[in-house]
Amino acid sequence: MASKHASMFTNPVLKWVDERFPMTGMIKEHMTEYYAPKNFNFWYYFGSLAMLVLVLQIVTGIFLTMNYKPDAQFAFGSVEYIMRDVDYGWLIRYMHSTGASMFFIVVYLHMCRGLMYGSYRKPRELLWIFGMLIYLCLMGEAFFGYLLPWGQMSFWGAQVIVNIFSAIPFIGPELAVWIRGDYAIGDATLNRFFAFHVIALPLVLIGLVAAHILALHEVGSNNPDGVEIKKGPKGNRWDANAPSDGIPFHPYYTVKDIVGVVVFLMIFTAIVFFMPEMGGYFLEYNNFIPADPLKTPAHIAPVWYFTPYYSILRAVPPMFGSQFPGVIAMGLSVMIFFALPWLDRGAVKSIRYRGTLYKSYFAMFIICFIVLGYLGVKPTSVFGQFGDWAKFLDTNEIATWVARLCTVGYFAFFFLMPWYTKADKTKPEPARVTAH
Amino acid sequence: MAIAAAAVPGAITGVAVVAPFVATLAPSERAKAAGAPVEVDISGIKPGEKLSVEWRGKVVWVMKRTAEQIASLDKIPVSQLSDADSKKSIQPGYVNSKTRSISPDLVVMEGVCTHLGCSPTAKLTPGELGNDWLGGFYCPCHGSKFDVAGRVYTGSPAPTNLVIPPHKIDGMKLVIGIGQDGKEA
Repeated sequence: MASKHASMFTNPVLKWVDERFPMTGMIKEHMTEYYAPKNFNFWYYFGSLAMLVLVLQIVTGIFLTMNYKPDAQFAFGSVEYIMRDVDYGWLIRYMHSTGASMFFIVVYLHMCRGLMYGSYRKPRELLWIFGMLIYLCLMGEAFFGYLLPWGQMSFWGAQVIVNIFSAIPFIGPELAVWIRGDYAIGDATLNRFFAFHVIALPLVLIGLVAAHILALHEVGSNNPDGVEIKKGPKGNRWDANAPSDGIPFHPYYTVKDIVGVVVFLMIFTAIVFFMPEMGGYFLEYNNFIPADPLKTPAHIAPVWYFTPYYSILRAVPPMFGSQFPGVIAMGLSVMIFFALPWLDRGAVKSIRYRGTLYKSYFAMFIICFIVLGYLGVKPTSVFGQFGDWAKFLDTNEIATWVARLCTVGYFAFFFLMPWYTKADKTKPEPARVTAH
Repeated sequence: MAIAAAAVPGAITGVAVVAPFVATLAPSERAKAAGAPVEVDISGIKPGEKLSVEWRGKVVWVMKRTAEQIASLDKIPVSQLSDADSKKSIQPGYVNSKTRSISPDLVVMEGVCTHLGCSPTAKLTPGELGNDWLGGFYCPCHGSKFDVAGRVYTGSPAPTNLVIPPHKIDGMKLVIGIGQDGKEA
């Protein structure tokens, strides 16, 4: 007997397969007999949307590679060739470039959901870690992919990020040369970034997504109330042993997610067709100029999804004649998310039952994240300068000080979490999900 | 014992297999050979002009400073410079520590910000970046400010002054990549 489940099929071909492959078992385990809490809301669309965007990126990416040339001499021209001469090449390329930004929008909302409802907490720590690894992988994909059009922003963005590694004491400069494969960003760098972007990281990404979903289905989904449906009463109308507050993922949530997909695709196609550059935020204007190693564009900023971290890098002043502290702060601002399951000591998971203290810190974090993101796309002079009274400060740029304040707020959310979550006056959690 | 006996050679083999993969990522022989010295004719540069030359994939500025620009180096209070004497910065021993050049007017420096490698923009007109600005360079990426000798102002994210590459002047010929002391970079 190949499967522990009796075959759900009557079709002889499918029955034949089922005797040799756990098809019925997998469909039941992950779809029709995976019981998800019945109180999912709007925030639960973004996991399935992230999967959709992943598929879009892979498919459009495959078709782009058919005309793209990973060569410093031809890369910029081959992208223009795709845009102008390949039938519907513009569509494929705009889908891919819009998909990159939409991927981050969807993933940030997905992560925000995890923060709000405490989805990272026991027993979902590993699920959260897999998710964070996916996020890191995605940042790598975005970074490597951004060099490929070989425009001015591609070149100088890569220049800055690779030089971040050269700030590491002792081994830094050699490490940067090794990453570039040359003494400056050049053909060797472009070629290897292409390899990472189209094969190495996508493979890792798909593996991590599979691990993320397997871990999710092992522990079960959290929900907006943050209570465990597996600990509640048993028995629903499909199964006497399943949680009473759970409903089968298929058809209930597949149908719900299709609604999300339709709305998402309306927004996505509107961007692709009417504003693919998104005012310079999705495709930066300077990237329509071929890479020039001799001239940095007058205003450079990373693409919007990296700007909160970029602001942190820029806000930290050099210490002991080294810019390494800023690099450390930036690295930590991303990595600190991994520690969340162990930093949070609140009595409840969901923000619905948290007290004012946690809600204040959470609101501060979201504001800091958005302000840092905004400042990252603007020059440091955006808010003007302090007057002469500020001569004793190391810089009189107001925006730099706002960014420093927000950096402190950003880290306070994490570093003070063990204390304020414990001191927080929480409301009692319900025994079962609301509206059961 | 048997497991350890199998694991040790296994680990050694593993490292031996990984090593060549890691090595392929280092600069190739062709990339290494491309780092040859560059010759520049400096006869045509007038005071106040700046040439950009590519050397090892980096921008090198060759600039002839005016008398006012040289004089401006003395007007900057030492407290406003992170490394006024270039003790922590990279520059060859044969350049003057203040003008950072072999002859007072002609300065040769890498146009590469010591923060994260962007190329600073020339803001040579006094007053261009506020009333007390004496002229110099401004990095568009993270706002580092440098004077006309590439010395970094305090409050900039760049930790050290712009790098002075090894160079030598031979009449009207400037060679970047070989020093006045004959040492190659």
